[in-house]
Amino acid sequence: MAFEGLADRLQNTIQKIRGKGKVSEADVKEMMREVRLALLEADVNFKVVKDFVKKVSERAVGQEVLQSLTPGQQIIKIVNEELTALMGGEQSIIAASNRPPTVIMMVGLQGAGKTTTTGKLSLLLRKKYNRSPLLVAADIYRPAAIKQLQTLGKQLDMPVFSLGDQVSPVEIAKQAIAKAKEEHHDYVLIDTAGRLHVDETLMDELKDIKELTKPDEIFLVVDAMTGQDAVNVAQSFNEQLGLTGVVLTKLDGDTRGGAALSIRAVTQTPIKFVGLGEKMDALEPFHPERMASRILGMGDVLTLIEKAQANVDEQKAKELEQKMRTATFTLDDFLEQLGQVRNLGPLDELLKMMPGANKIKGLNNLQIDEKQIGHVEAIIRSMTMAEKNNPEILNAKRKNRIAKGSGRSVTEVNRLLKQFEDMKKMMKQMTGMQQKGKKKGGFKFPFKPF
Amino acid sequence: MLGSENMSFFKKLKEKISKSTDTVTEKFKDGLSKTRDSFSGKVNDLVARYRKVDEDFFEELEEILIQADVGFDTVMKLIDELKMEVKRRNIQDPQEVQSVISEKLVEIYDAGEGQSAKLNIQEEGLTVILFVGVNGVGKTTTIGKLGHKFKSEGKKVLMAAGDTFRAGAIEQLEVWGERVGVDVIKQAEGSDPAAVMFDAIQAAKSRKADILLCDTAGRLQNKVNLMKELEKVKRVIEREIPGAPHEVILVLDATTGQNALIQAKTFKEATNVSGIVLSKLDGTAKGGIVLAIRNELKIPVKFVGLGEKMDDLQEFDAEKYVYGLFADQVDKTD
Ligand SMILES: Nc1nc2c(ncn2[C@@H]2O[C@H](COP(=O)(O)OP(=O)(O)OP(=O)(O)O)[C@@H](O)[C@H]2O)c(=O)[nH]1
Ligand SMILES: Nc1nc2c(ncn2[C@@H]2O[C@H](COP(=O)(O)OP(=O)(O)OP(=O)(O)O)[C@@H](O)[C@H]2O)c(=O)[nH]1
Ligand SMILES: [Mg+2]
Ligand SMILES: [Mg+2]
Repeated sequence: MAFEGLADRLQNTIQKIRGKGKVSEADVKEMMREVRLALLEADVNFKVVKDFVKKVSERAVGQEVLQSLTPGQQIIKIVNEELTALMGGEQSIIAASNRPPTVIMMVGLQGAGKTTTTGKLSLLLRKKYNRSPLLVAADIYRPAAIKQLQTLGKQLDMPVFSLGDQVSPVEIAKQAIAKAKEEHHDYVLIDTAGRLHVDETLMDELKDIKELTKPDEIFLVVDAMTGQDAVNVAQSFNEQLGLTGVVLTKLDGDTRGGAALSIRAVTQTPIKFVGLGEKMDALEPFHPERMASRILGMGDVLTLIEKAQANVDEQKAKELEQKMRTATFTLDDFLEQLGQVRNLGPLDELLKMMPGANKIKGLNNLQIDEKQIGHVEAIIRSMTMAEKNNPEILNAKRKNRIAKGSGRSVTEVNRLLKQFEDMKKMMKQMTGMQQKGKKKGGFKFPFKPF
Repeated sequence: MLGSENMSFFKKLKEKISKSTDTVTEKFKDGLSKTRDSFSGKVNDLVARYRKVDEDFFEELEEILIQADVGFDTVMKLIDELKMEVKRRNIQDPQEVQSVISEKLVEIYDAGEGQSAKLNIQEEGLTVILFVGVNGVGKTTTIGKLGHKFKSEGKKVLMAAGDTFRAGAIEQLEVWGERVGVDVIKQAEGSDPAAVMFDAIQAAKSRKADILLCDTAGRLQNKVNLMKELEKVKRVIEREIPGAPHEVILVLDATTGQNALIQAKTFKEATNVSGIVLSKLDGTAKGGIVLAIRNELKIPVKFVGLGEKMDDLQEFDAEKYVYGLFADQVDKTD
């Protein structure tokens, strides 16, 4: 059920075109169909997709693609550029009022992640900007909502203002601001209850809080897994409250996150931060170009690269890249890489960032299960140097010996070899695309092997 | 001929629904009114605008279904079948296609036949129900609602505070426990959820409880370690009571898009999910993902969540659900 990325999707059409050497408008149309499907599968709202595809088609039907020798890449390039442009620049700035305290209101549907994000934002304000925030428990409806914020406050050693659940949220907000002034807090973060955008009574409550506190920021917190309805939710909250920013949560999951595009398109409000986990430090600035490749199913390779850079020996990484480029990557390199991968942290997190990784079934399991990595290592270690460099020479007899030596079965040996071949193929594809892309007037392909 | 069969289907459906004039149906209809208005409104609109059943017609229909978050594969399947049916019956009039659309939707629901929407409740002894799902979908709230339901049926109910991770999770369940008059078995925040389950089962046994509702922490399905933890929780339950857990309920948020399919698949692999609760259907989200899940994974939807209060939970009924989507059309068959 893993969704195909755009690159995979375009593969077929590209193959066809390759034979012909020339691209017709019909081909472009066919590719646009794939673009459309890729975006729909990523949960981009269908209307947004429609406008988007129209725009890309206009650019594509022009000579740019028709004259190109690598139309598939050209399409991906255009799609990626348009997507990134649509999502705007990086805007992870938080307003600062010249008459403190700066007031930030957190709003959104039930369970989106408002309370968690409130905690995360306060930590960011303190750590990065050296501010002194006051958290405000203005959710009087959800069972133990106040307790939840207080617990987070305790964890972070952050003050939490509460008047219990018998006082109206408007009153709570009002008193909180007075308190913040009195105690010289320069930020007030108001955690409001989750509500449906069509719930008039509760939406009015938010308007009242807004009226009274004149917030400098109103952040809509949205679950990254949201489907087609994201446009309705975002539009409605925006129309009723005038949002200043969006926080996209739970992006540590494996959703494509097309909602990001939908929300941006209908509200024109910047996505400022993304939530990448339940812990209080799992908040990061939004990167439009990363989001674009993610929506297109190209993997969040930039994040992977950053992670790798922080953990992997620079020199070794360079060597590895060279080997991948020239397709001289051997089982021995693989073994070494496994060791490095282990140092990178939770493997499942890494895996989902790799482009194409979801396509290689066996590799999936292999990478995820740490125990299995041990098995793989054992198998490779049982090979001779000649075998590692040249796995083609592995006949039944040699495989038997390796199986015995590593305490694994021949099936497992075979599976590993198959996986290794798949991986090499994937690398070839990636590097091939990248190099061709480079030749063509130096555009940067959305992904780069490591 | 088939047209009349179809009429009778809707007549039957309508009769059935108008007979059950209880508040349950009303509530269900209310909750779905948003869905119904937008969805069937669009279908009607579509049918009215087209005078011929052609490619454009199907394309637009495809878009309507996609907008309802029906999985893409399911939409394609449905459209293909529709096209075949239209050809077979030589249908020219879009009005007629509308009936075929409803028919096919019901058919897809029925593909999961044999799995009842009823919970597997033991006649004798303890029934253990485990709740799983990603973060913030409504697991704890659903436990509160179900606790209320069982309680009012006169059952002895216990709840297990298996979310020892999220801030305030234990307290949240305790508030629900108080609200509906059910005891909550808990340990300190940060303790091993499997140990909480072990305790809860012992307590349920010694107190001769009928139902044990087990809460777990929300987890994204791609977090391997957390999924392993969940498997362990389930194993403890299995070990303590043969045949338990009697239900593993996956809670899905109706606003979730295509990822819900992956959630269902992964949680099914890890915990052998036996049923789904589709929460937050009182919003404007279409909940069409139910179709894809029934169709592709054969997991039955057992309940739908229609609000945040304790009685905002209704048994899922495929016919009513389709009725909700096509109420306008049903009314026309008068
Ligand atoms: N994995 C992950 N979980 C998150 C993230 N943000 C929030 N969560 C989890 O999502 C669930 C809901 O988060 P809350 O902060 O309670 O959401 P809320 O919007 O305040 O919910 P209500 O107040 O009930 O409307 C909790 O289990 C959080 O731990 C994130 O970025 N990643
Ligand atoms: N409108 C609406 N809100 C709901 C429904 N079910 C749950 N909620 C709300 O959704 C939010 C999250 O619900 P919880 O029960 O805490 O979800 P959970 O799955 O236990 O969350 P975690 O334990 O943090 O993963 C709360 O604000 C609930 O009141 C529903 O059917 N409709
Ligand atoms: Mg909250
Ligand atoms: Mg919970």
